[in-house]
Amino acid sequence: MTVAAFRAFASAVVPLLADDVDTDQIIPARFLKTTGKAGLGDSLFADWRYDAGGAPKPGFVLNQPGMAGRRILLAGANFGSGSSREHAPWALTAFGFRAVLARSFADIFRSNALKNGLLPVELGPAAHARAAALVEAEPDAEVAVDLAAGTVTLPDGSQARFEIDPFSRAMLLEGTDELGYLLARADEVAAYEAAHPARVDTTAPVVG
Amino acid sequence: MASPKTLFAKLWDRHVVAETPGHPAVLYVDLHLVHEVTSPQAFAGLAARQLKVRRPDLTVATADHSTPTHDRSLPIADELAAAQIRKLEKNCAEHGIPLHGLGSPHQGIVHVIGPELGLTQPGMTIVCGDSHTATHGALGALAFGIGTSEVEHVLATQTLLQRRPRTYEVRVEGRLAPGVAAKDVILALLAKIGVGGGAGHVFEYTGPGIRALSMEQRMTICNMSIEGGARAGMVAPDDTTFEYVAGRAYAPEGAAWDGAVADWRTLPTDEGAAYDRSVTIDASQLAPMITYGTNPGMGLPVTARVPDPDHAADPARRQALRKALAYMDLHPGEPLLGHPVDVVFIGSCTNSRISDLRQAAAVLGGAKVDPRVRVLVVPGSQDVKRQAEAEGLAEVFRAAGAEWREAGCSMCIAMNGDQLAPGQYAVSTSNRNFEGRQGAGGRTFLASPLTAAASALAGAIADPRRLGERVTAGGAGSGEGV
Repeated sequence: MTVAAFRAFASAVVPLLADDVDTDQIIPARFLKTTGKAGLGDSLFADWRYDAGGAPKPGFVLNQPGMAGRRILLAGANFGSGSSREHAPWALTAFGFRAVLARSFADIFRSNALKNGLLPVELGPAAHARAAALVEAEPDAEVAVDLAAGTVTLPDGSQARFEIDPFSRAMLLEGTDELGYLLARADEVAAYEAAHPARVDTTAPVVG
Repeated sequence: MASPKTLFAKLWDRHVVAETPGHPAVLYVDLHLVHEVTSPQAFAGLAARQLKVRRPDLTVATADHSTPTHDRSLPIADELAAAQIRKLEKNCAEHGIPLHGLGSPHQGIVHVIGPELGLTQPGMTIVCGDSHTATHGALGALAFGIGTSEVEHVLATQTLLQRRPRTYEVRVEGRLAPGVAAKDVILALLAKIGVGGGAGHVFEYTGPGIRALSMEQRMTICNMSIEGGARAGMVAPDDTTFEYVAGRAYAPEGAAWDGAVADWRTLPTDEGAAYDRSVTIDASQLAPMITYGTNPGMGLPVTARVPDPDHAADPARRQALRKALAYMDLHPGEPLLGHPVDVVFIGSCTNSRISDLRQAAAVLGGAKVDPRVRVLVVPGSQDVKRQAEAEGLAEVFRAAGAEWREAGCSMCIAMNGDQLAPGQYAVSTSNRNFEGRQGAGGRTFLASPLTAAASALAGAIADPRRLGERVTAGGAGSGEGV
């Protein structure tokens, strides 16, 4: 499926400044029994967000006034560690997030995010610290994210550059997906298969 | 002569279908493992584009994650889980994908059945919509977890777009002391490098400490590579590997076997090949490990005391430790040994193979678990279950007061009804101690099967080395079967 082309935008920020936020926190496993992608936004950060009775916990950032509708999450290091569940970016995007700003990302989460129009922006230590301080001082100030330019503009007007590989960048800007790219290489795959016999045949019955 | 290459580089280079400058490589997948939780949206994506599965003969499915481990003659109580499993059955039937589902004699955790059926072989690329796919790297495969979009890509094209990761040698010197297990090696590595330490890298576990391990022990270590941030972990194939694979259902036979082994012998990292990073662990110095916090890198020797967050130099680390100890309701300076536990879980793709169960049974044999503790023993597959029953292990567990259950992921991910109640403590042989991982509000101590079984007897965190000969020198279940 194609996703919406990624456009520059500005938004106030939801700060969640912890390191190693794992995918079990982003979307607990009990919500993975769905066979679709819809509706996961309500379960985003469920165990931090709701008490056992399902009532919002007032101390959690997403439950604080003015957070609904914000499109940027500001996290710490190694965001999205743990499982490979793509439900994590599905839940984040269903809630409305379009970018996560962090010191670093777990590999599988980054890969999954890029396939769902969720931009993982890795900030260096100085830019990250500045972003955190500015958001703390002025919680409603907006941050602008410009993928084409590769920049984040912080509330004080300062700009931080971020790196993203050119291939993923082009895919996001065009709103295309990798499957089309791979399908277009069917001939090369067939040639590879002709030169490399299959290692197993899973359809053979189990013997022994 | 060509320049020396690592095991990883050899496998990577063999599987590149196409590479355009500036683009990720198109990598061929030799074996695609599928389960009920991360595949339904991928099949829906195929349907939306009217695509077929390109190579059902390189794809195999099982039901494990949301699958109940109670009596299989009973219906699945959770309607969502039941629907998810039905969806897998329907998708597999529609696309001709072999399914070892509920009722199959070979159903089990996807990372247990791949190796035990001989589907996992050295030199392969193996993927699955599950981060513990690194397990298969123990056999000298390049195996890693993928997201559901990528599951769709592999179903449709048998390929993936991948950026070449860097390499990270984890060298293990020395031999494990009695009572110390493969699980303790990986928990010690994670405590050393942290949960993000391997990001962007593939681990290769090397050295005499790894060579001395059985294949199932190597699987335990490779399994938790992702807990160090590495998508894959590998061990170069050797005679231990070939002996393990030989004779399994899907292993090559006759001349094909000889040819395969000759090829596999060329895979180990060449003398002089360079890794991007490296770290060394001395296995002989390790004690049984246990985690005290809310990620697998927060681990210590079982004899240690809970650390004081105020002693951490880094403010982010201080904050993380404070939050973890608050969640675990543990206090700085408190000993871990003797901390009461409510549940002991022996199972998961990390530690549910026959040698794990033999180790646990050696500890529990002739004894009774503490009556305050619920003990679940969940074999990794129906094959493991049958073998454990044939060897009398199941009877040992039942006689000790433990529950002997059907195969699946069970309380490792707590999607199937096997879960902790809020506030409960578990010693678990699984791989993640994240908040709520084993049930909302549940608290997890990760440990080896030996430590878990010893803790089941004590009703509290226990040091298996104090059980003397029951845990000597890998004697308890060093062999592997199934």
